[in-house]
Amino acid sequence: MLLLLRRLVACLFVCVSLALPASAQQSDTPIQLLLQQFGPEIQKSSRKSIGPAIDALANSGLPDAQVVLERWQAKDMWFEKETGLFVFGAKADGGALTLFDVAGGLEIGTAPRKSYKQLKPNSGIRGMIASALVQFQLNDPDPVTRQRALTAIERDAEATHLAALRASIDVETDAALKARKARLERLLTIRFAEEDAERIAAIEGFSGDLSVDLRAALNPLVQTRLDVAQSLPEGAMPVDVGEGLSPDAAYALLTAQNLAPPRTDPDMLRAALIENIDGDQIAGIQVATLDTDDARAAVYATLAQSGAVPPLVTDEDVATTLERFVFFEAFVGAPVPVALAAQTALKDIEAKLAMSQTVDLALDGLSLASIYFLAAIGLAITFGVMGVINMAHGEFIMMGAYTGYVVQLFVPDYTLSILLAIPLAFAVTFAAGVVMERLVIRWLYHRPLETLLATFGVSIALQQLAKNIFGTQARPLTAPGWLDGSLVINDVIAISYIRIAIFVLALIFLALFLFVMNRTRLGLEVRAATQNPRMAASMGINPDRINMLTFGFGSGIAGIAGVAIGLYAKVTSEMGADYIVQSFMTVVVGGVGNIWGTLLGATLVGTLQKGIEWLNPSNTLAAQTYMILFIILFIQFRPRGIIALKGRAAEA
Amino acid sequence: MTDLALTPPRRAFVLRHPSAVIFIGILALFTIGVTVLAEGFGIGVISTSFVKTLGKTLCLCLVALAMDLVWGYCGILSLGHMAFFGIGGYAIGMWLMYARTEIIVQTSLAAAPLPPTPQEISDGIAAQIFGVVGASEFPPIWAFAHSLPLQLAAVVLVPGLLALVFGWLAFRSRVTGVYLSILTQAMTLALSLYLFQNDSGLRGNNGLSGLQNLPGQGDVPQSTISILFFWASALALGLGYLMCAWVVSGKFGSVIRAIRDDEARVRFLGYSVEAYKLFIFTITAVIAGIAGALYYPQAGIINPAEIAPIASIYLAVWVAIGGRGRLYGAVIGAAFVSLLSTWFTGGQAPDINLGVYTVQWVDWWTILLGLSFVGVTLFAPRGIGGLFDLVAARRMPNRHGQDLGPDAGALREKEADR
Amino acid sequence: MSPKLMKTSAAALLIASAAPAFADCPVKVGILHSLSGTMAISETTLKDTMEMLVEQQNAKGGVLGCQLEAVVVDPASDWPLFAEKARELLTVHEVDVIFGNWTSVSRKSVLPVIEELNGLLFYPVQYEGEESSKNVFYTGAAPNQQAIPATDYFLEELEVEKFALLGTDYVYPRTTNNILESYLQQKGIAKDDIFVNYTPFGHSDWSKIVADVVALGADGKKVGVISTINGDANVGFYKELAAAGISADDIPVVAFSVGEEELSGLDTTNLVGHLAAWNYFQSADSDANEAWIAAWKERMGEDRVTNDPMEAHYIGFNMWVNAAEAAGSTEVDAVREAMYGQEFPNLTGGTAVMLPNHHLSKPVLIGEIQEDGQFDIISQTEEVPGDAWTDYLPESAVLVSDWKDLGCGMYNTSSSTCVQIKSNY
Repeated sequence: MLLLLRRLVACLFVCVSLALPASAQQSDTPIQLLLQQFGPEIQKSSRKSIGPAIDALANSGLPDAQVVLERWQAKDMWFEKETGLFVFGAKADGGALTLFDVAGGLEIGTAPRKSYKQLKPNSGIRGMIASALVQFQLNDPDPVTRQRALTAIERDAEATHLAALRASIDVETDAALKARKARLERLLTIRFAEEDAERIAAIEGFSGDLSVDLRAALNPLVQTRLDVAQSLPEGAMPVDVGEGLSPDAAYALLTAQNLAPPRTDPDMLRAALIENIDGDQIAGIQVATLDTDDARAAVYATLAQSGAVPPLVTDEDVATTLERFVFFEAFVGAPVPVALAAQTALKDIEAKLAMSQTVDLALDGLSLASIYFLAAIGLAITFGVMGVINMAHGEFIMMGAYTGYVVQLFVPDYTLSILLAIPLAFAVTFAAGVVMERLVIRWLYHRPLETLLATFGVSIALQQLAKNIFGTQARPLTAPGWLDGSLVINDVIAISYIRIAIFVLALIFLALFLFVMNRTRLGLEVRAATQNPRMAASMGINPDRINMLTFGFGSGIAGIAGVAIGLYAKVTSEMGADYIVQSFMTVVVGGVGNIWGTLLGATLVGTLQKGIEWLNPSNTLAAQTYMILFIILFIQFRPRGIIALKGRAAEA
Repeated sequence: MTDLALTPPRRAFVLRHPSAVIFIGILALFTIGVTVLAEGFGIGVISTSFVKTLGKTLCLCLVALAMDLVWGYCGILSLGHMAFFGIGGYAIGMWLMYARTEIIVQTSLAAAPLPPTPQEISDGIAAQIFGVVGASEFPPIWAFAHSLPLQLAAVVLVPGLLALVFGWLAFRSRVTGVYLSILTQAMTLALSLYLFQNDSGLRGNNGLSGLQNLPGQGDVPQSTISILFFWASALALGLGYLMCAWVVSGKFGSVIRAIRDDEARVRFLGYSVEAYKLFIFTITAVIAGIAGALYYPQAGIINPAEIAPIASIYLAVWVAIGGRGRLYGAVIGAAFVSLLSTWFTGGQAPDINLGVYTVQWVDWWTILLGLSFVGVTLFAPRGIGGLFDLVAARRMPNRHGQDLGPDAGALREKEADR
Repeated sequence: MSPKLMKTSAAALLIASAAPAFADCPVKVGILHSLSGTMAISETTLKDTMEMLVEQQNAKGGVLGCQLEAVVVDPASDWPLFAEKARELLTVHEVDVIFGNWTSVSRKSVLPVIEELNGLLFYPVQYEGEESSKNVFYTGAAPNQQAIPATDYFLEELEVEKFALLGTDYVYPRTTNNILESYLQQKGIAKDDIFVNYTPFGHSDWSKIVADVVALGADGKKVGVISTINGDANVGFYKELAAAGISADDIPVVAFSVGEEELSGLDTTNLVGHLAAWNYFQSADSDANEAWIAAWKERMGEDRVTNDPMEAHYIGFNMWVNAAEAAGSTEVDAVREAMYGQEFPNLTGGTAVMLPNHHLSKPVLIGEIQEDGQFDIISQTEEVPGDAWTDYLPESAVLVSDWKDLGCGMYNTSSSTCVQIKSNY
């Protein structure tokens, strides 16, 4: 055997040194032979049957095994359709494939791609390969590879990993990796260690931690199974029928274990009756009369008396049978002491978890509130300050988002393009707002209902225009890389950076709004012109100009909001319509004409929606419905919103 | 209004409302004409699908009448009347589905070896109706679906009660103007979102379908059914028109117009503004419900998208384009815009080739509609109906000066001085 | 009446003797896809597909010696309008066959009309099943041709033990998830290990739902997501998924409504490895597919992609042409009879067969999302026969559809009766 191997290696050397052309496919290298041995399984590429092949490769001790596994995992391995020989391949131009030998990895020429088939291990198999590679990679000089090994263990731990991991901790040089290894070792100890004491110690060592992987290690340990017996076995926890367990479920458990006859449900009863039909009668009763449940039960009872069918199991029968048994839960995941330790640890975690979940929910609510606020702030200006109902506000949001999309078409750098898109979106929607104010709204200041309808006309026209230009498919608006990912506080509390950015943007707008309104000449004039236009005009303020600028300002902010919303969600022609009703609600609930009211309104609407979602996690639509209902009721009882303006301003 | 002692002798209703007579006459001629031309009982020039379109248009005219009453006459811009329209459709649709399915289930169970129990029949119907949406039990909302009279009552009662409760709450808190519009829009949105849920028990997004097949009338061809529904719609529109004309005439009509023009003054005059508004809001909701109940059996399917807020806004658009504050204006607007819309989106309108760009009406019709709507509000607040004023040479006084009321169409300063 | 009848039959005889086979020239093909409204983007593609197929067939000489004429109408994503337009196609334009619809609700709207007027409809989109109409051929996937194999893949290949079924709240996700819930429980997954959530169309705030899915992993079981999320709501969902740093190796997501077209609205770098299940991917490796993609790109532009419903129309249309040739007529009942057993090579390199239950037998493909927005096909099954009534719901398990021998689309095998001849709508 050894001789054979040596000869093969020698042959390999010869071949390589001769650097033979493409035809020199090595079919008898040890690694190729091993692969051939599992040829059908590898080609089939199914997790169910691939296990032995991966194990054989990993345990073969061949120097090429690691490389083969790694490149197989990276979808680099191909096989020749005719011969079934494996090679590494790289796609070349013109439908060709550059081939490399699986043994040694040297280039052996090119071939048409058609005659080869790529191996595409699915992510299940890739996980298995990664798991098998752990033993090679844990002590790899490259820290990235070591990291990969740790990730593989985290995803798909096996009992054998524990020993390898323990051996690798001491020699680890990288401090961060060492800590990670140490933590992983404790987790694996909980799951796989032999000694109960060791496992309990590991469990107790984690006190205060509430990460998902710890819970994932602990939860299987406390798994129980519902069982039934004549008397309670040792270490089991009894379950009372009627409290933790419904009588029906308990009886079903008995029937499943053949400890009691099954209950006669209407279907079985019906089937039994049909089986006993005799001409047009069953047990002497006309079939045609059996159109009520009572009549059927009576016939069944008659049949049961004659022994043709098993007797009816009544509710009393069930009750008496149940009394004869005890139902209990027994630990199945771990020995009782370990399970109890895990249970205590989980109880500890649970209390802290509830706390974290509340914080996370609050963060979600806050984030949604900031999105609503951002969408509504432009409206707070045009509707709140000027009293103009602008149904096209949503379309200004959409215009802003599309501006962002168009900018990204021309400026590929995401950071730069967003920095460009924000002022551009403001400019575009500012201009659109001014145009609309000049052409339409100016003529309708005294006819608010008609403003509503006219701006609605503008809204549907703009929406359709966007569809004609950009199509109805969602367009990509991609956030710069530094906004990818989330701020993770622990495994429960996490919020994506993009949402934080939106939150910050909302705060900036709030400050900007307050600054412009309270600290600038424009703001003073705006307030004057809206409170009493005639008086303002006589003081030398040009109300036309002020109205135009105010409307443009509100629209411009909507445009920037559009960029932000497009970044976190989608850019479609209908995105504006999604926000318009909510935005109006936000402004109205908060109290028209007061930015703090809008802020409160957004907070109320956002947290309320998240709160309802939390109560009914399987149906988000219901949350939206109930939120709107709540708002309708709220407005009925507080028609002027949370912060109602008092005095004359309220009449404006 | 019956207090004859205090008012001068009044001319007959017909004479005071010549437009009602003309309208009924035109409607009657139109109905006869369509009947003669249709396939059901006539010579078959008009296809059944077009008869259905015309029948549906009549229903839309009826709901537009209701909208005109509540908006054009009473000044309440309700963006919720299509919700009432939809509720009417759902109410009748439930019976249509139930009854049709009941026949199917009874026929199929008749072949079973045992005669079915009432429970089995009910389960079978539920499985047929709700199997599509993955359920097999009747939600409580279907409790009366087996009974035509009860569901017909629901057509009137459910929209009426909803409008009554909603209106009572809203008018009591003095929610007016645009706030009320937004609130009614929110109500519509809430209702459509609710119906979109599968848990609502009305088959969620799928809605109720196959409504054009009348239960037990499988042998009657659709050409006949369509003309029957056409007649029913025409009758309902005629009656609705007369009723609206009657409501807006006389003192009652004056009061509601006064409410539109200046609510506060009417209140100071001692009228219970809320009661008047509530009455109009409720009665128009009932009319909308009836119109919906006639519309959806012709459309064949009702689903929550029909109730979306946009539908109610379109309703306001029709009335505005037709000319609000006059009943025939609403009818003209609804008929004109909905038929034109069908024509444009139907792909029948010829494309316009501009050389560099071909205008396809399928894409551009909505833009045209939106812009024309802006145009109408800006330049022709009286809508198409305003043209009749020109024809009748019954020109309004030159309207300059401030509006006295909150809304266009109100008297203006100069006018009031005269 | 009788003179009129005689006239028609005389005319028919004349035509029959003049033409090689019985068909009115030109043969009209109705196309019932929305060209405006929310569904326009998906359905317009199919209208273009049909027009291309009709042109290609005309270039080959048409059908039965007749040229084909495409009659296009626009139901504008308005469900009642679908019924109206279908009636118009059948009675005014007198088309011989209709290719159309995308959403289930639009199909349900059209069904009574097609059945009343004895029309013929080819429906090309994957759907929830639980339906069989005498007048409809379903060339898209039934649940057992998409959802069930994908779930099997999760169970067997990825060893997922805990499922999150996320869907948009409408009939296809509802019914599919219902079937899957039942199927998973039969496969031994506990009810508590199946998390179901429904969101509205166009939903954009996904943070909480994604967090809920991550939290499912807390009991140490591998979590997988089966997504029936529809349309542009997917954009927000995948963005949130990427932001939460969920890799396909941790929590794989398989989607049934995300194809090449949908991915074009997304930056896919963070989604690499997530899955989709279809009967066709553009990346399928076959000569027919290469030719098809080339023809499509030449007609529509280089940046256009092909997708699964397009292939369904491709198969459906060609089968209809062959069936009409075989029947020697475009008359609906004759064509329908001739459709059973029709075979046509599909674009993924196998053969599609039309079954007596009006569904196709097609392979199921599972693809991983790649950085370029295409799918890498990692699994391809043998041809799976489409099943109108699922085997995994108790009420449906007893039902079969067989229009050829039983002449019934809703046949109850336990009571041996035909529940109804018309379909349920």
